[in-house]
Amino acid sequence: MASCKKVVNILLNYIWGAMILLSVVCAIATGRVPQLSAAVMNGAESAVKLVISLLGMMCAWTGLMKIADEGGVTAVLSRMMRPLTRRLFPSCPGGSPAVRAICMNITANLLGLGNAATPLGIAAMKELSRQNPGTEADNSMVMFVVINTASLQLIPTFMATLRAKYGSPSPFDILPAVWVTSACALLAGVLAAKLLEGVKRG
Amino acid sequence: MDKLGDCVIPAAVVMIVLFGLFRGVPLFDAFVAGAKEGFRSSVEILPTLVGLIMAVTMLGASGALDMLASFLAPAAHLLGLPPQVTPLLLIKPISGSGATAILMQIFQSNGADSYVGRVASVMSGSTETTFYAIAVYYGAVGVKKTRHTIPAALTADLTACVVAALTVRIFFN
Repeated sequence: MASCKKVVNILLNYIWGAMILLSVVCAIATGRVPQLSAAVMNGAESAVKLVISLLGMMCAWTGLMKIADEGGVTAVLSRMMRPLTRRLFPSCPGGSPAVRAICMNITANLLGLGNAATPLGIAAMKELSRQNPGTEADNSMVMFVVINTASLQLIPTFMATLRAKYGSPSPFDILPAVWVTSACALLAGVLAAKLLEGVKRG
Repeated sequence: MDKLGDCVIPAAVVMIVLFGLFRGVPLFDAFVAGAKEGFRSSVEILPTLVGLIMAVTMLGASGALDMLASFLAPAAHLLGLPPQVTPLLLIKPISGSGATAILMQIFQSNGADSYVGRVASVMSGSTETTFYAIAVYYGAVGVKKTRHTIPAALTADLTACVVAALTVRIFFN
């Protein structure tokens, strides 16, 4: 069932179409048609410039993270995550494959290993659905997905590189603010998931 | 406090290399293999970014982005957010590349180290593409009734936005 994913993609199709049409209508109404035609070319060009200027940092960072990954960093760090998961996923037994997959996914997200995190997350969902087959999410699934949507990334390199490109002399200076904010968001998400468990039974 | 952020990258690099040495990873081979992956995924995302950055640049040039921001200004005011970041709030849950395009636009017109630029940075660093993640994970196991997932996930996103404005004000006066 990929229909959920399809809905998001269809939504994006409409949003993109609406963005283009809205800007044309707006440009005509405000008399900015010349700026609009410049924007078509500049926009396309600046996307290429952006990717090229971020390419070096992206390669360097994924290269470094590959070293950590091949050293088994996810498995090592995810063990520290176990005691925490026991409280968040009370229906999963301690050493179960579900808990192991959940810990691996959370660790990969923390490290910003996006490419590794999604397959690990899908593996975790498959383990959870073994405990709860059917088409309705159980509390563990909801908790897992909410943690993922509020995912905490320790070093958001992409965003920092973008900041550097736009003239920030120390692009990483916002990290403490990002950590505090992420932690608050995660806490709010987890609390909301716990509190709403009883409210929405079906 | 902001000096802490500057030390993160050197510390992370040293820790990664030491960890790799300790675990017997062929350091440079692994680095090159990873860099290739990063290269491939950066190139693969280019067409998506061209489409979205073009659309957002058009929105900006036509004045529609400013209109949207001033239309949503009361809601932003209620949340304690600068109005310029509201487009980011709308697109981020659906599209990561769309959020990048908006972030670029915000940096371009306000500067990366302005109050608006910093709030936008913190917001995009601490939220996820919520609906996309929900779709991928539930889609993979055929779950249709998501129960309280969306309210709880949106609570987290909304908290991130409000706290982003607060932390930027606290950490950067």
